[in-house]
Amino acid sequence: MNLAIINFGSGNLHSVHKAFESVSSDLSNPYNIIVTNDPKEIQSADKIVLPGVGAFGDCKNAILNIEGLHASLEASVIKNKVPFMGICLGMQLLADLSYEFGTHSGFGWIPGEVRRITSPKEYKIPHMGWNEITFSDHKLFDNCEQGSDFYFVHSFYFQNQKNEHSIATTKYPDQITAAVCKENICGTQFHPEKSHINGKKIIHNFLEWKP
Amino acid sequence: MLKKRIIPCLDVDNGRVVKGVNFIDLVDAGDPVEQAIIYNAEGADELCFLDITASSDNRDTLLEVVKKTAENCFIPLTVGGGVRNLDDISRLLHFGADKVSINTAAVDNIDLVAEAANKYGSSTIVIAVDAKETAENQWKVFTHGGRKETNIDVVTYCNEVAKLGAGEILLTSMDRDGTKSGFDNKLLKAVTSKVNVPVIASGGVGNLSHLLDGILEGEASALLAASIFHFGQYSIGEVKRYLADNNIPVRI
Repeated sequence: MNLAIINFGSGNLHSVHKAFESVSSDLSNPYNIIVTNDPKEIQSADKIVLPGVGAFGDCKNAILNIEGLHASLEASVIKNKVPFMGICLGMQLLADLSYEFGTHSGFGWIPGEVRRITSPKEYKIPHMGWNEITFSDHKLFDNCEQGSDFYFVHSFYFQNQKNEHSIATTKYPDQITAAVCKENICGTQFHPEKSHINGKKIIHNFLEWKP
Repeated sequence: MLKKRIIPCLDVDNGRVVKGVNFIDLVDAGDPVEQAIIYNAEGADELCFLDITASSDNRDTLLEVVKKTAENCFIPLTVGGGVRNLDDISRLLHFGADKVSINTAAVDNIDLVAEAANKYGSSTIVIAVDAKETAENQWKVFTHGGRKETNIDVVTYCNEVAKLGAGEILLTSMDRDGTKSGFDNKLLKAVTSKVNVPVIASGGVGNLSHLLDGILEGEASALLAASIFHFGQYSIGEVKRYLADNNIPVRI
């Protein structure tokens, strides 16, 4: 089984790679984990992870500028229903639109818009650090406890239409989408690769997930 | 509720921890990776490495340390010390740092803050500020490890770097650093009340109540400490239990 972590030149790829490798190595059938932007390798992957750190528009453009990358993701995730996980900006990219430094279109895979967090003055932006989540019944949260802490760092959030694809939320102080899922596509606003034991559970559950 | 973060900081010279430690189960007291693993297991919310290697020729030793730490600790890792340009940041991120802290280089060239934040995201860029009180309730930025005074006002500077895209500010009081007499909470409050990004308090922690004061009086989002952890005075767990007993939200 191959798991592809998409490399489009964004931030902490090494962290994501090592966290997935560490969790996978404990499985009876560990994944072959590759960090890649090669459309062929992506299309032969059994699971796909899109990490992302940075600004929405820049990251979207970086993906579009790698020949065949966006098309191979669409082919795998939309057509072939390969299980997919977006992390942080990788989750926000699933939305229709983002208002981060202008207006940018996203992948449009999960209905929603990405907007700046508005909060009272005493709530610093970015929303940075460990915050607890409330989740609904979903494979991604197997063996997790309600109210567990995860590591967040973001200034924009995924605004879900009618919350229909939201599977977890956090509060800062208003409710913020912490995870989304639609069929074979899931995403977390928090960083499972930086969320210690709780994060490892999420990664483990994604590796075992059969949507 | 968002938790207040406890961040142990390790000074690293030529790939070795400078300040001694006395963890009883540590095989090699000078190995930063081993200490990072212990802090991680104890419940540290993040880790911070400060590279104080004098010669830039030997800086690569730190990259190995960062790489091994990232392979073993799945919590955020901030690395600073001697970061001059985008290449330095890129290299640290590539080896597994999650955030990079910039000090003197940001003062010398303020454009670097915006360039770095645009390229790597605000969440990746920490601006470290060394502050010294030069007149009552007035603090100036110092650079080059605190050796060089500038005429820059700390609050003004912090506001400026936040506007340019810094994700957080690591604010060290030079007056308090190493004194164990508590954070400079007036300095902290002056910055946290005016700047809308998280501020990490640094310099001066000697006991548990100092940590509490940094949050209640200084209104810091996170607390950085070195010696109280290195010398085994308190464990991360003890610090968190104390703060929790005093109604501070912490991750336990």
